[in-house]
Amino acid sequence: MISVLLPVSTIWWREIIRFFRQRSRLFSAIAQPLIFWVLIGSGLRASFQPAGTPENQEYIEYFYPGIVVLVLLFTAIFATISVVNERREGFLQGILVAPVSRWSVVLGQALGGTTLALIQGILLLIIAPFIGIRFGVTSLLTTLGVMFLISFGLTNLGLIIAWRMESTQGFHAVMNLILIPIWLLSGAFFPISGVPVWLEWVMKINPLTYGLAAFRHSLYYNTIPIGSELPLWTFSILISTVFCVLTYLGATWTAYSQTN
Amino acid sequence: MENRITVENLSYSYGTRRALDNVSFTVSCGEIICFLGPNGSGKTTLFKILSTLIPPMAGNVNILGYNLRTEGKAIRKLLGVVFQKPGLDGKLRVYENLRHQGHLYGCKGKSLNCRITELLEKLDIKDRTNDLVEELSGGLQRRVEIAKALLHSPKVLLLDEPSSGLDVGIRRQLSEYLNLLAKTENILILLTTHLLDEAELSDQIGILDKGRLVSIGTAETLKSHIIGDIVRIETTDVNILNKVIVEKFGFTPIIINNILHIECEHGHEFVREVVTAFPKEIGNVQIGKPTLEDVFIKLTGNPFV
Repeated sequence: MISVLLPVSTIWWREIIRFFRQRSRLFSAIAQPLIFWVLIGSGLRASFQPAGTPENQEYIEYFYPGIVVLVLLFTAIFATISVVNERREGFLQGILVAPVSRWSVVLGQALGGTTLALIQGILLLIIAPFIGIRFGVTSLLTTLGVMFLISFGLTNLGLIIAWRMESTQGFHAVMNLILIPIWLLSGAFFPISGVPVWLEWVMKINPLTYGLAAFRHSLYYNTIPIGSELPLWTFSILISTVFCVLTYLGATWTAYSQTN
Repeated sequence: MENRITVENLSYSYGTRRALDNVSFTVSCGEIICFLGPNGSGKTTLFKILSTLIPPMAGNVNILGYNLRTEGKAIRKLLGVVFQKPGLDGKLRVYENLRHQGHLYGCKGKSLNCRITELLEKLDIKDRTNDLVEELSGGLQRRVEIAKALLHSPKVLLLDEPSSGLDVGIRRQLSEYLNLLAKTENILILLTTHLLDEAELSDQIGILDKGRLVSIGTAETLKSHIIGDIVRIETTDVNILNKVIVEKFGFTPIIINNILHIECEHGHEFVREVVTAFPKEIGNVQIGKPTLEDVFIKLTGNPFV
């Protein structure tokens, strides 16, 4: 068992150390979403009452869980970019010629990205009480659990892309083309109720919709009703878990297929 | 466990381009084998196959008794690999890089620490243990790379262009250390290079050109392809002089970059005669014992660049 966990933990540890030695990463992943949140949240406050949400919820509060998920997305995805450069030349090649299974390499990388996303997400949770979200022990723990699920799935999604990419430019293109729309259409920016039917379907098959729904449920755990149109709590957790498993398998498979 | 690497009829292609073409050789533990060739000769492809990064397309590779196709994981435990491009994490300290490597190979705790200290002392970089790798010079980083590759006491050490980017003095030090390592620890060392002086120091040299292993042997055996001396002549019109030399002296010069390369048994006599015969046409004349570059030119007909 130890022989399996040792490579996983050492790859995980490296991701964390690298992150904290690159201060700019810490700043960039959190600052941009925060600015988004304040500007867009305040700007749309007067003109936009999200459909299907409680009367007393202002847009800036509605947008808050979406911004936390955006931070998770940015951190998780940026953590996987190094794979693109390091696979062909550099550190990762050394790992690939070591007697370490590809699945443990991917697990170490995925847990590394997840941990970094969680750290950033937790920093953002500090704001929650100021916009009226009250945590109990249970709601805090479930919130962390849900954030873990979301981050793990997104990091693995990033790894699936990164293990195939030839260049970081390509990675950014995919990010803009796929990952940002996934976030935009997850209920982060606007709720699913009242959108045209075709868009409703796009949002319904978007796995992040359920991650975000689970996150909203956990933030307001047992306190206030948070809108009727949200997917069910248990169903959201189930989909998010399945998404984690599938993306992890996908990332592992990609790593196997892209290397000897 | 067998103590050699046997490669038989190894081939590899990228699309329609043949990167390795029926390469065969054998090398034993305690020996240094060096593959010499210009860019695009197939060195790096050979290196990638042996280091298990890409699978062979045709042919057999046996590393210390293990089949490369089916027993990759067992082989990986035996290999120490130094890549051409830096394989260290610049954001980690020297010690952290080595510890990470140790963990990948299942080494940990006190024995790992002892091994790291031992290697850093041997390679004379102990005082930089806690420095970030990105703060080290290129030469020092190379030493850390070698320490990293040797950490798990591999039986085979593979190095792809280990001295690229190093100055001559450090290159010599590195070669001497590798020789010592092969002999004292009975390690099989395989390296690729495009530097002739680096190749000279190996026990065996394989000359690669366009994917083919043109010749293999010690530096002496390779040079014995050429009998006598090599004369290089620069002239105003190579084609005219070439024709005359063929007709008058019966040699067949090879023209590379407007220089005539002529292999002849008694170089000094030929030079005297040719200079006397064409005092005006001949610009610069060099005469010398054959080098590996001359061997390469003779065997391939191509310049070594």
